[in-house]
Amino acid sequence: MGKRVGLEVTVAVAEAVALCRIDMAGVYPITPQSHIAEHLSNLVADGKLDAEFVTVESEHSAMSAVIGAAAAGARVYTATSSQGLMLMHELLPIASAMRLPITMAIANRAVSGPLNILNDHSDIMPQRDAGWIAVFAENGQEAVDLSIAAFKIAEHKDVMLPVSVNIDGFQLTHMVEPVILPSQEEVDAFLPPFVPHATLHPSNPVTMGAFSMSDYFTEIMKAKDEAIKNSRKVILEVWDEWGRQFGRSYKPVETYRAEDADILMLTMGSMGETAKIAIDELRGKGVRAGLVKLRLWRPFPFAELKAAVKNAQKLIVTDRAVSFGGPGGPVFSEIKSALFAQARRPSIYNYIIGLGGRDMAVSDFVGMFDQVLADRAQAKADTYEFWGVRE
Amino acid sequence: MIEVRWHGRGGQGAVTSVELLAVSAIAAGKFAQGFPSFGPERRGAPVAAFTRIDDKKIDVRSGIYEPDVVLVLDSSLIGLVNVLDGLKPGGKVIVNTAKTPEEIRKDLNFNGTVATVDGTGIARKEMGVPIANTTMIGALLKATGIMELDAMKDSIEHRFGRIAQKNLNAMKRAYDEIKISK
Repeated sequence: MGKRVGLEVTVAVAEAVALCRIDMAGVYPITPQSHIAEHLSNLVADGKLDAEFVTVESEHSAMSAVIGAAAAGARVYTATSSQGLMLMHELLPIASAMRLPITMAIANRAVSGPLNILNDHSDIMPQRDAGWIAVFAENGQEAVDLSIAAFKIAEHKDVMLPVSVNIDGFQLTHMVEPVILPSQEEVDAFLPPFVPHATLHPSNPVTMGAFSMSDYFTEIMKAKDEAIKNSRKVILEVWDEWGRQFGRSYKPVETYRAEDADILMLTMGSMGETAKIAIDELRGKGVRAGLVKLRLWRPFPFAELKAAVKNAQKLIVTDRAVSFGGPGGPVFSEIKSALFAQARRPSIYNYIIGLGGRDMAVSDFVGMFDQVLADRAQAKADTYEFWGVRE
Repeated sequence: MIEVRWHGRGGQGAVTSVELLAVSAIAAGKFAQGFPSFGPERRGAPVAAFTRIDDKKIDVRSGIYEPDVVLVLDSSLIGLVNVLDGLKPGGKVIVNTAKTPEEIRKDLNFNGTVATVDGTGIARKEMGVPIANTTMIGALLKATGIMELDAMKDSIEHRFGRIAQKNLNAMKRAYDEIKISK
């Protein structure tokens, strides 16, 4: 049986990863991820985790090392944040093109400059098109559950792709909170040993990550696109299986009081919990407000999203990153394009919130609803705004 | 839900205390959050740390702006930091000081509940060090009644090993010796 404990979320994630019996971790420390690396290396040093912990000299090396180890058939893990992820960027599409099941935690943090160590989503957004499955956790429990499930998704023979588990820096990583840690037996029952499709081995030589010119490159890109689209089915199955075994089930899009809502807000990551309180407050005042939480960022859950928003008049999309000179925040752009061809769709509003750790209180969420409710002429629909900016 | 803001200086153990308190509350079957004020922090500089404890799941993840209780680990911060900032009406202030609650009440110009205990003095006697973070947990538990003192035993033992008992003794003394003035 699992046990309910109070743990800092990074430590809980490292414990969960150890329960997955990884063979190798290659991690370079960076705030706010570092405690994951520290705790994993402690577990290895204390003999509690039989894995190779490679103390790489940079994040570029961390990603290179896990790519190499995964190609050799190891179950691998890494974790990073912000500039570390930016340094890995070059290798991310290679990991997915090589169809290597790598699980990575991203303790989401603002990208410099100016230098900032606090939470937003400006690190994951530039990785959108790297061919990685990307999921977002809302609380410590989800960070644990989704991390374990990530290995099973990544290693599934119909997927064979890397997965990033996005965990908001500080708001989640540095929080001591209750988490149910599954037992080793439970995780073993859920996650079978990794059986690689092919491995690099001197006695059975194969080529991985080979050169390809225009003759095959397009076909390989199409294959990668098909692979990530097909992963959707496995993601749903694995999360359902998790739900059956552990009683906590996950969906690509989840809703809260959304069924009869006139006005919806969409969040991704830890702010969904605070937004829920705002929804309850608004409901108390007779506003039919609801929440849509986007858990799966890639592959994008088009069908689920359309279903979740189909009855609403207005939809507020919150973004934690800026697409400079673009049409709005990156999540907003996706949502708009997902709903573009719908015969009937809500008016879509976009707020860019919580940049570089700017705190969002319940009153901020209520404030966004109030502002959009007051916009009867829909003058601000299809535009974006920086919430709470001082000008 | 009870929300507590801790004021201390970097290195005085406020973050350790909020962690121990949250871990113990969760072990006692409650829901809790313990977290630092996010950001780069320096030894000796004023810092804050936060605790939320409730009997039901805690959804809010923003900072604590209107605490029910403020705990001041270092009384030299009074006058330097507005420790009363946002304190709820009817809120409590607990200060680690040799002064009486009445003296602190005057220093703070505050009409609500003030509690004081010489946590540093107790820590010095019981542990031989002037670090009062665990000691002041005893003061907090007495002044608020959020948990029994015994609830702290496991997390303190897990964290401090052979010096755990000294910490528990100091905590118990602060629990017994705190002076509360309403």
